[in-house]
Amino acid sequence: MSTLLDTHPLDLILDQSHDDFQEVRAVGREAFAKQGLPSAKAEEYKFTNLTKRLAQTFDSFELAAAFDVSEEQVKNAIFKGFDGHILVFTNGSLNQALSSEITGVEVTSLSGASAALGSIAKPEKDPFAAFNQATFKNGIQISIAKNTQVEQPILVLNFIDSTKGNLIQPRVWVEAGDFAEATFIEQQINLSDKEYFLNEVKEIKGGRNSHIHWYRVQNEGKTSISMSNIETDIQQDGTFTSVNLSLSGLMVRNNLNLNLLGSNSEGNMYGLYLTNGKTHVDNHTNVDHTIPHAESNELYKGILTDNSRGVFNGKIFVRQDAQKTNAFQQNNNILLSENAIVNTKPQLEIWADDVKCSHGCTTGQLDEEALFYLQARGIGKEKARGLLLYAFAGEVLENIKDDAFRSYCITLIQERLGTNF
Amino acid sequence: MSKDNEILEEFTTKEYEHGWSVKYEADEAPIGLNEEIIKWISAKKEEPQWLLDWRLKAFDTFQNMTEPEWANVHYPKIDLQQLRYYSAPKQGKKPKSLDEVDPELLQIYERLGINLNEQKRLQGIAVDAVLDSVSVATTFKDTLSKLGIIFCSFSEAVKDHPELVKKYLGSVVAMTDNYYAALNSAVFSDGSFCYIPKGVRCPMELSTYFRINAANTGQFERTLIVAEDESYVSYLEGCTAPQRDENQLHAAVVEIYAAANAEVKYSTVQNWFPGDKDGKGGIYNFVTKRGLCAGDHSKISWTQVETGSAVTWKYPSCILKGDNSIGEFYSVAVTNNYQQADTGTKMIHIGKNTKSRIVSKGISAGKSQNSYRGQVQVMKRAHNSRNFSQCDSLLMGDRCGAHTFPYIDINNPTAKVEHEATTSKIGEDQIFYCNQRGIDTEDAVALIVNGYAKEVLNQLPMEFAVEAQKLLALTLEGSVG
Repeated sequence: MSTLLDTHPLDLILDQSHDDFQEVRAVGREAFAKQGLPSAKAEEYKFTNLTKRLAQTFDSFELAAAFDVSEEQVKNAIFKGFDGHILVFTNGSLNQALSSEITGVEVTSLSGASAALGSIAKPEKDPFAAFNQATFKNGIQISIAKNTQVEQPILVLNFIDSTKGNLIQPRVWVEAGDFAEATFIEQQINLSDKEYFLNEVKEIKGGRNSHIHWYRVQNEGKTSISMSNIETDIQQDGTFTSVNLSLSGLMVRNNLNLNLLGSNSEGNMYGLYLTNGKTHVDNHTNVDHTIPHAESNELYKGILTDNSRGVFNGKIFVRQDAQKTNAFQQNNNILLSENAIVNTKPQLEIWADDVKCSHGCTTGQLDEEALFYLQARGIGKEKARGLLLYAFAGEVLENIKDDAFRSYCITLIQERLGTNF
Repeated sequence: MSKDNEILEEFTTKEYEHGWSVKYEADEAPIGLNEEIIKWISAKKEEPQWLLDWRLKAFDTFQNMTEPEWANVHYPKIDLQQLRYYSAPKQGKKPKSLDEVDPELLQIYERLGINLNEQKRLQGIAVDAVLDSVSVATTFKDTLSKLGIIFCSFSEAVKDHPELVKKYLGSVVAMTDNYYAALNSAVFSDGSFCYIPKGVRCPMELSTYFRINAANTGQFERTLIVAEDESYVSYLEGCTAPQRDENQLHAAVVEIYAAANAEVKYSTVQNWFPGDKDGKGGIYNFVTKRGLCAGDHSKISWTQVETGSAVTWKYPSCILKGDNSIGEFYSVAVTNNYQQADTGTKMIHIGKNTKSRIVSKGISAGKSQNSYRGQVQVMKRAHNSRNFSQCDSLLMGDRCGAHTFPYIDINNPTAKVEHEATTSKIGEDQIFYCNQRGIDTEDAVALIVNGYAKEVLNQLPMEFAVEAQKLLALTLEGSVG
């Protein structure tokens, strides 16, 4: 069952690492041993057989090491119109020299003292999170001081070079003080064409009335198998907004867990997946309403072609005390080819009575009549098709508050859909 | 609020209406489950060898299976060795007509409000009454047989129409299907069999009424409905059980086979004993129901009103194999006190232009848990298939739960699939609106709930709709959230 373990013993990896983290790692190792790699029958990995995919793709694993990137490379990686701060990571390690100094924000290597690793993204919840906790390398800590509003967005550039190791395990701990606000834009830049397994864990601890926006583009090319666990605690009056754009990858699995822990807190999850070729994108989201008067919104949309597969599993969990909860969830998919597959499971678990919860889910194709309408007005079929798809996808992008990044995302999806207006 | 509490109190202490039991002499199998028991049941029912072999094969399969644990229900493990698998009222020989049936048995049904004699006189419904393990009486047999319709108990069908039973038994729900279906296949005692020949439209509603009377007995009935080309039948099923402290197991299998252009409508009002207000006793209702739309343009429609049972685990499904076939599922599931229900449907689209519609309304009160679990699967060949699902939950009281687990698996780009669900409670403003107009809170709740469930209740045949509406109002009387 545990191919990953057999070919790459945990202890070996552990021995290599520096460590203030022996205790944390031991907990991770134990949780991983308990769960093992998910089998084909595991409910959470039913449609995404990561275990098999990893075994098929890799004979062995080697933890990826940090490497040097040039200023030029960083410059080229920045999208047009971006104006803000930059953080540079290589295979999960921080490159301090190329990163900006940001007032009120401290970015350092993880030290065991301040970050309670595994307290938010609990290792017993997911085997890959546990594996990361046992074996991560070079963790990063981002602290935003109390009352700091970072006005310009922070661009996080993750350079990946799999020739330096095919197992990349970033570990990020983000802590936002009370009344802090920041926007992160995250991008992966893949420098080689060798397959790799990216297994990241991000823990985000929001303070009271803190507002974190996390935007991410997953466009790493055909050679990446990407597994991410992002979990965040949201306190009173705080908000967390995630916008995730998945464009490529061999297999992409995103676990996004939001814990609403204070009243009047709000969690927003938006996602768009445009898949082609053999890409497999799986989005698992979970929002846990633990207290009264909180709100969550969720919108995931997918356009699938070729032999690609989209999986969506959205869970809204409303605990007994969480009265007056408002929770909304929607998933829409468009299938454009014979062999594309969608598996979706919008799930509600509600233990409180005074709530407003709803979910909606559709799968279909473009509306023939809408196409005809446009064609009747002199717009060619291809263009009309693109226009409709763009409109479909655009609803997700509207949630990006940063104008430059939104324009960049629009360019990306227009390129993909073959429509430049 | 005190008024609400009062009403709530009254409601939660309400006794189960059909909780009585009648003492009659019964013919019972020894307690336990093994090959000998199966042979004993088979011999008792004078079954042919092929059926015994079939049972034994199912038992063999069953022994290699484990109890499913994925459902969102929790209950103490059932010790299948402590159950009795056969219990039948002692009766001389099989009665030819109702007049020969033991009046004591008929009285049981009269107390349930089903007067078999009266049913006989009134034009309307043909009833097959099943008490514990055997069918007691079937009404209207002669009228139906003139049309070529076979409607009888399962054991009679095995004797009189073995070729039909042999052909269709297990054709929709294979014995290997799941744990309880395998158990049922091994030990099933009786049930109803219904065959509608080609081109016949059944002139009346066919109905089976199940009643568990004996203690420590599991009820394992099997219903098989076969509708040949261009036929139509509407089938009703009702059930009750006495109030006992221990839990009783009910594991039935219903198979429906619809040939080309045939239409089958299957309605259930399930009112097994739900356990008392502390969650003690009650029926474990683990039922496998499945319909196969085998022919083109066939249609199967499931309608269920679930108010009873301590634990329900039931997913009436449609396999839409024929092109242009239609599957429907309408459900109202009410849970109260400590009841748990995990119910829903599966719609498997295989043929072209197949359509399915799911309307599920869950109502949870007290400390109950109500789950909708459904699957809509569109296979590669199912071009232009269409599904619409709606599953709404209504919560009453702050200690109940409503859960939704819809699986939607689409493998064809021309499919259109929609799913929507909402969860809410009865709004104070809605009740206030009614109060203002002179409708007291209790009636207002009944009104709102009936309106909420109307889409489903409308699907029931008239006689059943009235019963269901009453049942709903009764079960939820005064449960203001």
